[in-house]
Amino acid sequence: MTASSEYTDYATGEPVVDSKAPSGPINERWDKRRFEARLVNPANRRKHTIIVVGTGLAGGSAGATLAEQGYHVVQFCYQDSPRRAHSIAAQGGINAAKNYRNDGDSIHRLFYDTVKGGDFRARESNVHRLAQISVEIIDQCVAQGVPFAREYGGLLDTRSFGGVQVSRTFYARGQTGQQLLLGAYQALSRQIAAGNVEMHPRTEMLDLIVVDGRARGIVARDLITGRTDTYFADAVVLASGGYGNAFYLSTNAMNSNATAIWRAHRRGAYFANPCFTQIHPTCIPRTGDHQSKLTLMSESLRNDGRIWVPKAKGDNRPPNEIPEDERDYYLERIYPSFGNLVPRDIASRAAKNVCDEGRGVGPGGQGVYLDFADAIVRMGRKKVEEKYGNLFDMYERITAENPYEVPMRIYPAVHYTMGGLWVDYDLQTTVPGLFAIGEANFSDHGANRLGASALMQGLADGYFVLPSTINDYLARNPYQDRVTAEHPVVQKVLAETEDRLNLLLSVDGDRTPDSFHREVGELMWEFCGMARTDAGLRKALERIPQIREEFWRRIKVPGTGEEFNQSLEKANRIVDYLELAELMCLDALHRSESCGGHFREESQTPDGEAARRDGEFAYAAAWEFTGTGEAPVLHKEDLVFEYVHPTQRSYA
Amino acid sequence: MKLTLRVWRQKNADAEGAMSTYEVDGISPDMSFLEMLDTLNEELTLRGEEPVAFDHDCREGICGACSLVINGDAHGPERTTTCQLHMRSFKDGDTIDVEPWRASAFPVIKDLVVDRSAFDRIIQAGGYITAPTGSAPEAHATPVPKADADFAFEHAECIGCGACVAACPNGAAMLFTSAKINHLNVLPQGAPERETRVLDMVAQMDEEGFGGCTLTGECATACPKGIPLVSITSMNKEWLRATRKAGRR
Amino acid sequence: MARTVWDSTVGKKTVMAVSGLIMLLYLVAHMIGNLKIYFGAGEFNHYAHWLRTVGEPFMHYEWTLWLIRVVLVVAVVAHAVSAYQLSRRDIKARPSKYVHRRPRATYATRTMRWGGIILGLFIVWHILDLTTGTVHSGGFQEGHPYQNVVDTFSTWYGNVIYIVAMLALGLHIRHGFWSAAQTLGVGTRTRDRALKTIANALALLLTAGFIAVPVGVMTGVVS
Repeated sequence: MTASSEYTDYATGEPVVDSKAPSGPINERWDKRRFEARLVNPANRRKHTIIVVGTGLAGGSAGATLAEQGYHVVQFCYQDSPRRAHSIAAQGGINAAKNYRNDGDSIHRLFYDTVKGGDFRARESNVHRLAQISVEIIDQCVAQGVPFAREYGGLLDTRSFGGVQVSRTFYARGQTGQQLLLGAYQALSRQIAAGNVEMHPRTEMLDLIVVDGRARGIVARDLITGRTDTYFADAVVLASGGYGNAFYLSTNAMNSNATAIWRAHRRGAYFANPCFTQIHPTCIPRTGDHQSKLTLMSESLRNDGRIWVPKAKGDNRPPNEIPEDERDYYLERIYPSFGNLVPRDIASRAAKNVCDEGRGVGPGGQGVYLDFADAIVRMGRKKVEEKYGNLFDMYERITAENPYEVPMRIYPAVHYTMGGLWVDYDLQTTVPGLFAIGEANFSDHGANRLGASALMQGLADGYFVLPSTINDYLARNPYQDRVTAEHPVVQKVLAETEDRLNLLLSVDGDRTPDSFHREVGELMWEFCGMARTDAGLRKALERIPQIREEFWRRIKVPGTGEEFNQSLEKANRIVDYLELAELMCLDALHRSESCGGHFREESQTPDGEAARRDGEFAYAAAWEFTGTGEAPVLHKEDLVFEYVHPTQRSYA
Repeated sequence: MKLTLRVWRQKNADAEGAMSTYEVDGISPDMSFLEMLDTLNEELTLRGEEPVAFDHDCREGICGACSLVINGDAHGPERTTTCQLHMRSFKDGDTIDVEPWRASAFPVIKDLVVDRSAFDRIIQAGGYITAPTGSAPEAHATPVPKADADFAFEHAECIGCGACVAACPNGAAMLFTSAKINHLNVLPQGAPERETRVLDMVAQMDEEGFGGCTLTGECATACPKGIPLVSITSMNKEWLRATRKAGRR
Repeated sequence: MARTVWDSTVGKKTVMAVSGLIMLLYLVAHMIGNLKIYFGAGEFNHYAHWLRTVGEPFMHYEWTLWLIRVVLVVAVVAHAVSAYQLSRRDIKARPSKYVHRRPRATYATRTMRWGGIILGLFIVWHILDLTTGTVHSGGFQEGHPYQNVVDTFSTWYGNVIYIVAMLALGLHIRHGFWSAAQTLGVGTRTRDRALKTIANALALLLTAGFIAVPVGVMTGVVS
C-alpha cells in the first residue's frame, strides 16, 4: 500500500478543455449547440442501444426520453422498482424562471443566482442553459400529471425558497421530489410497456467496459441471483446520483452509492471537485451509535424558527428552564441583517462552531435549538400548524418530542455532493461515449447548490440536455464494431469484478462491513466535513490507506456470491468509498481556498467568512485516476466569468 | 431494552421458510425498527450467520422499500412505514413477530424480501399520461381547479409499498391501483386516456393474481400515506363508466 | 362488454352488487307481504292468490309470478357463482396466512361468505317447505299459505332455522348494501355515513319484519 505522502504528491497535467461549449452570446449558446450537434436519422435510432444506470429524476427522464426518440434503452437500478430512486425524498421544490408572480424573475436572474450561489465555481454556459430549460421542465411535468400545488384560480402556486428574493419554486406539498420522480417513472413505465426500454431492477452496475477508448458497456450484478453479467451498448449514461454516503451518515438513501461513478473514474473518467459537499443545517440530530441515516427537515423552518444555544458551556437544563438572557441566538447576533436565514453553509458552520465550544444541546452535545415559541406567540399555534404541521409531525415521530412545547433540536448533515464526474457541455465525460447526468456529474452547482435546484438540474439533464447532445456522439460514431462477451477486454473486466467479489467473501475476518463504513465516515465527517484544515486533511489521508489495508484483512462477508446477499453489496460499495474518500480529502487539501460548501479554516475573512481566492482557484479540479493509493493527476478547467462577475459573499 | 424476535427466514424463493427466534439486547427506544434489525444483523454477521435480508432504502418514509409485517400488522402498530417505526412503540421483554408481505402476487425472494414487480406492471399497463418530452403546452394553458389538484395529490402520495396488499385478507391491490387511477383520471391532462387507463390497469391487476375487494378496509388502515378506502369506490365508478362507454362504441 | 364485466374482479363485484340489490328489492316486497299474516287468513291467502293473477288480463295466470321467479333465480345464481369465483380467487391470492394472527375486520365482513352459504341453504329449505311443500311438517295445502306458515312455525326447528337465517340475512345486508354502493361507485366521503345508516336501517327493518312472523305464531297472535 502506498503511503499517503506519495498520494499527496500529485502531478498537474494538461488543462481539461470543454471542447463542446459554444461561444457567442450566452443566451444563444444552447440553441447554437443544438443546431451544430449532428442528428441520428430516426430510422437508425433503433439500431443504437444506450445503457442508462439509475432511475432517479435524471436517469428516469433520460431513459424515457431516449426511448421516445426511438433508441433502444437498457436501464438499470439497484432498487426493486425504478420508482424508489432517492430523488423521491426531495422535499422543498423545483425552481423555474417562469416569472408567474411578475416579481422581476427572469432566466437571467435564475442564472445569476445560481452562479453566485455556487460561489463562482460553476461553468456559466451550463448554468445559463439550466435556467433556460427550467421553464420547459414545469410545462413537461404538468403535462405528465404532476400534481403541483395550485391556487384557487387553478393556476400554479409558487413560493420563495433558499433565501432568494423571487418566488420561483414550484412545489407539491413537502413531497415535490416524489411527485416529479413518479412523473418520470410513469413516462419510463410507458416506454417499458412499449418494449423500448429493457428495465433491469435489482441490478447493480459494478464496472464500466471501455473498448478501444470508448464506453461500450457495463458489468452488472443481478442482486437476486448474484450473477454478474455484461451488457453492451453504443453509449453509457450514468445517472447514479451523488456520493454523500462516503460520510456513512447522510440524508442519502441507505443504498445510494458511488460505485458506478467511481468505477467509471477508475476506467478513465475524470472526477471533478470531489470535495464540494453540501451540508444541510436543518437535520434531526443523531441519537446514538445505532444511527443509520439522518433525516432532513425543510429549511423553510428557518423562516419562522429562531436558532439558539445556551450561553454557558455544558448547561444541561431543559430548554424551557433557560432564561432568555442566558440564551445565545448566535445567528441573529453574528449576522444581524440575515439572521436565521443565512445560506446553508454559513448556518451549518455556525452550528458546528457553537457545538465545538461545548455549548451544543441534546445527546452528545451535537445539536442546537430551533425554537418556535416566539412564532407561536406571534402567529398563533394554528397558523404555525398550518404552515409547518407536517414537519412538526415528522419531528415528533422520530424524536418523540412535541415541537410545539419543546424547541426542536437540529444539526447539520451531509445532504448533496456538488462534485462528480467531469463532463463537457454535452454532459460527456472524458471517456468518449460515457455520459454523466444529474448529481453524478459536477457541472452546474459550483461549490454550493441552491435550494430547489437539484430537481431542476436532474430533470434538465434527463429530459432535455442529454437527449439532444447524445445524438451528436452517436451520429459521429454510427457504426461501431460489435462487442461481445468473448472480447478480451470484456473478459478481463468481468474477471476483475468477480475476483473482487470473491476476495471479499474469502477474507472471513472479524469486522462487519458497516463497522468499516462507519469508521471511514466518521473520519471524513471530522476532517473533511464542515470545516477543513491542512493538518486535519493530512491526518485523514494518512489514516484512510490504513483503514483500507485493515479492511482487506479483517472484513467479514457471510454467505455466497451466488445469492441475494446484502452484506456483499455493502462491502463492495465500501471498497469504493475507501478510495473515493482519499480523493475527496486530497481535493480538499489542494484547494486551500474556501468557497461555498468547502471551508478551509486557513482561508477566511477577518469576520470568519469563507474567503475565495479567485486568482489561484477559479478552476474546476478534474482528477485522473492512476491507481489505488497512487497520486492522481490534476487537470484544471479554467472558469471564465463573462456575465456574472465574482464578488465576495457577505451576509453580515 | 431486551427483546425476543421471531423472524421469518427463507433461503430463497424455492426454499421452505420458517420462523427463527433471536434475542436482542441493548435496544434503545430511540432506534428505528430497522436500526434494531441492523443491530441483530451485526451480531449475526460476527457470529458467522447470515444476516436477515430485508428491503429498505430511504429510511425516511417515502421510497416505499421497507415492507415488514410486525405482529401481524403491515408496517407494525403505528400508522407509518416500518422505517419510521421506533422501538419506543414496544416494551422491554416483548416478543415481536416479523414476517414478509404475504400474497401470491408478491413471492418471497429471501427472508423478508418480496418481489413487488407486479405493481410496476400495473403502472406500465396505463398508469401514465402520454406526454412525450417536448410536446407539452405552456403549464398555465389548462388551469386545474384546486379541489381537483388536491384530490390528485392525495392519491399521488401513494409510495407503492404494498402494505395494502399485505394487510388485505384477499391479497387485493385495489387501493394501490385506485390511487394511481384517481390521481391521473381527475386531471384534465389525464382525460384523453381516462377510459383505457382504468380498464387496462384493472385488467393487469387481475392478471397479476391479486384478489378482489371485499371492502374490509384493512388496506386503508395499513396505508402509511392514508389513502382512503373510498378511493376504491372512485375507481369502481371510473371502471363502470369506462365499461359503459366501451360498450357503446 | 359482457365479457369485460365477467372477466374482471371489479365486473364480478358489479354482478354481485346488482343481483344483490334485485334480491334486496324483492325481500322488501316479500316482507311487506308477509306482514299481512297479522290481518288474518283471509287477507293473507287472498294476497297469495293475487300474486298469481297480477297483470291479468295482459298476463296469463301465474306468468308474472314466474317472471319474478326467473329473475330471482338468475340473480341468486349470478350472485352465488360470482361469490364463489371471487372467493376462490381471494383465497388463491393469499395462500399462506401470517404466523402472527390477529382478529381482522368486522363481524359482518367476516361472515359474508358463511352468511351467504347459510342463506343459500335456507332458500332451498324455504322453497321446499312453503312453495313445494316437499319437506313441510304436517299436511301441506296448496292455496292455503296461512295454515302452512302457522304449521312451519309451530315446530321448534322451523323457528330456529328461520330466525338464524334472518339474523344472517341482517348481517349480510348490513355489509352487502354498503359494499354494493361502493362497487357501483356511488359512495363518497360525505355520503359514507348516510350509506352506512341506510344499510343498518334496512338490515334491521328486514330482519325484524321477517322475524315478526314466527314470533307472531309463537306468541299465539297468529294461529
